[in-house]
This record gives sequence, C-alpha cells and structure tokens, in this order.
Amino acid sequence: MSVFSDVAALLVGLKTTLGETFKPHVTVQWPEEKSVRSERYRGRHYLRRYDNGLERCIGCELCAAACPVGCILVIAAENTAENRVSPGERYAKVYEINMLRCIFCGYCEEACPVQAIVLGPEYELSNVSREQFIYTKEMLLEPSPQQPPLYAGKKSQH
Amino acid sequence: MSSSPTGVTISREPAEGHVGGELLTVNFGPQHPSTHGVLRLVVILDGEVIRGVRPVIGYLHTGIEKQMEALRWQQGVVVTDRHDYLSPLHNNLAYAMAVERLVGVEPPPRAQALRVIMCELTRISSHCLWLGTSSLELGAMSMFMYCLRERETVLAMNEEISGYRMHTSYIRPGGVMADATERFWDMLADFVEKMPGHVDEYEDLLTNNPIWKRRTVGIGYLSAEDAVRLGASGPMVRGSGLPWDLRKTMPYSGYEKYDFEIAVEEAGDCYARYLCRIKEFRESVRILKQAMASIPDGPINVDERKMLPPPREELETSMEAVIHHFKLFTEGYSVPSGDVYAAVESPRGEHGCYVVSDGTHKPRRVKFRSASFVNLQALEHMAMGSMIADMIAMIGTADTVLGDVDR
Repeated sequence: MSVFSDVAALLVGLKTTLGETFKPHVTVQWPEEKSVRSERYRGRHYLRRYDNGLERCIGCELCAAACPVGCILVIAAENTAENRVSPGERYAKVYEINMLRCIFCGYCEEACPVQAIVLGPEYELSNVSREQFIYTKEMLLEPSPQQPPLYAGKKSQH
Repeated sequence: MSSSPTGVTISREPAEGHVGGELLTVNFGPQHPSTHGVLRLVVILDGEVIRGVRPVIGYLHTGIEKQMEALRWQQGVVVTDRHDYLSPLHNNLAYAMAVERLVGVEPPPRAQALRVIMCELTRISSHCLWLGTSSLELGAMSMFMYCLRERETVLAMNEEISGYRMHTSYIRPGGVMADATERFWDMLADFVEKMPGHVDEYEDLLTNNPIWKRRTVGIGYLSAEDAVRLGASGPMVRGSGLPWDLRKTMPYSGYEKYDFEIAVEEAGDCYARYLCRIKEFRESVRILKQAMASIPDGPINVDERKMLPPPREELETSMEAVIHHFKLFTEGYSVPSGDVYAAVESPRGEHGCYVVSDGTHKPRRVKFRSASFVNLQALEHMAMGSMIADMIAMIGTADTVLGDVDR
C-alpha cells in the first residue's frame, strides 16, 4: 500500500530530525562566541614594525601596484638622519587603504618585498560612515614594541 | 489590454479555453525569494497554468568580463571568483587552464591534485546550498539547516587552505596559491568520513518523502533531445539520461586518474535532477578519497619565474629575484597572442572560459560560457503547461546563479 510506504517514509524523516535534537549544537552564538580564524585568514590589514621599532614599510608602492581594485594609496618620503622611520631610503608618509573597495585578495601581502603589510584575523569591520572606512597609517600601523602589540603577527619574523 | 503599475497585465482578447477568456501576465521576481537572486520571469498565465515564460535578465550585471580586460593576467583571478559565487574554484580553474594553455605550461601533478580536491569540495558545498534552498522553497525547512551545516565545514576548509571562505582565489595560472596545511588534511579526512552519512540523512528526509515526490516527480520534464538542442549541461542534461560530464568526456586537471561514475538519471524531471545531484555528492566524496590517498609530492607551482613570484627567501639574497618580483607585480607577464577555450564541469554544468590575448600583459577579451545562462533558456521549455506553483521547483532544480547569468 502506498499510504503505508508514505507514512513510513515520513516517519524515517521524523526520526532523523528527532535524532538531531539530541546531538550537540553546531551553531556558533556570534557575537558572544567566536569561531577561530585560520592562520592564513585574510582580514583587516596591519603594517608591521621591526623589533627595534622601525617601520618595515619602505614606501615602494608595490602593494598599490598589485592591488586589483586600486584601494591602496602610498605617498613615500625620504628618510633623513634626524627622522629615521624605516631602515631603507624611503618610508611611507601616507598609507591609506579604502576598506570599502578592498576585496581582501591578499595580493598586497604577497607583493610586499619586506613583509610590511599583512592581513590579520580581524573581520568585524562594520562602521557608521564611509569616511571611517579609509584606514590611515595610524590605524594600520602596529604600535611600537613598548606597547602591547595589536596583532602578534602570523608571519615569520625575519 | 490593461496594465497596472504593479506589473500585472491582463489581456482581454477572448480566446477559447482560457479561464474567463483572459490571459494574465505576471512578473515573477526579480525580488521573489525563490528566484535565487534577482531573476525576473514574465509569466503568461491561463488561470494557474503557464502558457509562456520569458526570463528577463541583467539585474545582477557586474561587467566582470569587461573588468578583466583592465586587469593583468594574474589579477583577473580575483574577479573570476565573483560571478558564479557558489563555485568560485571552478571559475578560477577554467580561467587558469585557459591562460596556461596560451602560455604553454602544464601545472605540476601536486597542483593538479589539489585543484581536483578543491573543485570537488566546491561541488559539494554548491550542491549543499542548492539542496538546502530548493527544498526550503518546497517546504522542507530542516533540510536548509542540515545542508548549511555541511557547507560550513567546506567553507572552513576553504579558509584553512586559502585564507578566505568564499572568494578564495586559490587556483591561479601556473598552479595554486599555497600548499595544504596539516590541519586541512585532518579536516578533509574527517569530512570524507562523515559526508556519506550526511547524504544518507538528506535522503532519509527527501528521497521517499511523499510531499517532496509530489512536488518534483513528473514536474519540469525535459527530454534528452531538448536538453541537447537547448545547450543544457550538467545535472540538467544528466537528469535527462545523457551521460555527459566533462570530467569524463574531456578530462582535465588529471580527472582521468580517478575512478568515479557519471551520475545519470533517466526520467528528465525535477526529481531525476535531484537524484542526480545526490549521486554527485557521493561521487565527489569518492574522488576526494582517491585524491587524498594518491596525492603526489612535489612543487605546487610551475617553475616559471616570469609567471609566479620567486620564493620569499630569495628576495633577501638575489637581485634577480627582486627584479622579477617587482616586474611581476607592476607590469605582470605577457601571454602569447592567440585565443583558447577551456571548459570545466562546474556544479551547474559546462563552465567555459574563452580568452583572447594580443600578446600584452592584459587579456584582450575574456568570455565566460556560463552554465547558468544556458540552462536558464531551458526553463520555458520545462515550464510550458505546468502550474505556476511548480515554477519554484523548476527554477530550483535548474540551479541558476544569477551572478553567473549576468556576469
């Protein structure tokens, strides 16, 4: 009888859903609970420093050239003896990332020859106005070694 | 004929057999939740019976093909992720294969195996989303949650290997982005062990369910001849009894090494297409198991310094490497002039990428032959004479992604 087989099929389905009730939950109760991001996660950018406090960025603009959407603006300036910011000849005077345009492809990180820019694990980047999505150098740069680090670097130090 | 601002048109020409002597033209979409995005269908109705369907597309047009002309060869990968957002890895692969053929390089075996693994995982995640949403639309609420649970594990694996959940840009011309981590292999081993059990769960809930069967069996019939005539591919044509799967018929990326079967169903209706995709879940797991067990060692990128950046260690010691690195990220590499078509079997069918190069560092033209677009034109054929409520099941099993249709 097809009625019996139909009822049997529905009961099999009900058994599955009922069995699910007693299994552990898989839902993560964000934002109270947070899932763990992977080592390679491509989230918010950071500009790193060397251990002696000098900035890694040498203002070569390779990140801006590699960016497929053109969201990075770098304006370089010369290092002088009085004002030494990075170990090279130049440093980034202006470093801005437009987070509304950024697609988090990670090409800037890959292009950077001195591993100055890295993509960190932070992904909760909502904000209330467009202006606040222009991340300036002050927002991106890691604090100097005296202060606790913003993000303790997933990339090898060298 | 009178029309109202709501888009409902009533034609008053009296005709024999029509309910009340009237045909009703209704907009189905573009904001209808069951149209999987922004598909607009102008449906001509006789009572509740469909007498004509005209898809109106372009609501999700993003100009992706045009954008790629402005990007260098290696930058184009990030855009291919974004048109068919449910199978980004297949889009990457088609583009990467086209560029590799033009350049004349062959990715190393380990890269090919990693590509197969990621593509099959993407197929599972895409089918999970398809099954979840399509059954939700037909009333099976819990299916959506179960399917997204498995999709989540695949996305976590995407994140582990590439750093991003959906727009991975993992496959690139010349190889893949990075090698798999130990944690990825553990996650994958766990996944292939559990996934067949989850597919059994889906089948328990749907395959014999009388409500599901009544909504899908005999609905949206597409004969094999019509499927071929309309250019359909993927589960649309395999559900009509044609064993056409590019992984078997035109193997790429080393698919010929794996033992799997083409999922074919004879009936040609929505239920057959559902069964077809359920079989593909199992076949994908089979391929994953074999690929895991037989993954060769070796490099993951071609040994071609003009195409891929040099290893990071060399930047500190070799001036040559620094020059290559800077050259690659500013000017890019140029590809010999010519044109090439590369096709992969995406979860929706044949996804092709036609690339024209004029010998410079940017493509002259990139054209995608997207399975969603071509499968969509079979919709009118399937829908003729059936009830308006069955339209949902037909759109569901056609599995179109509107980003892929409009590009």
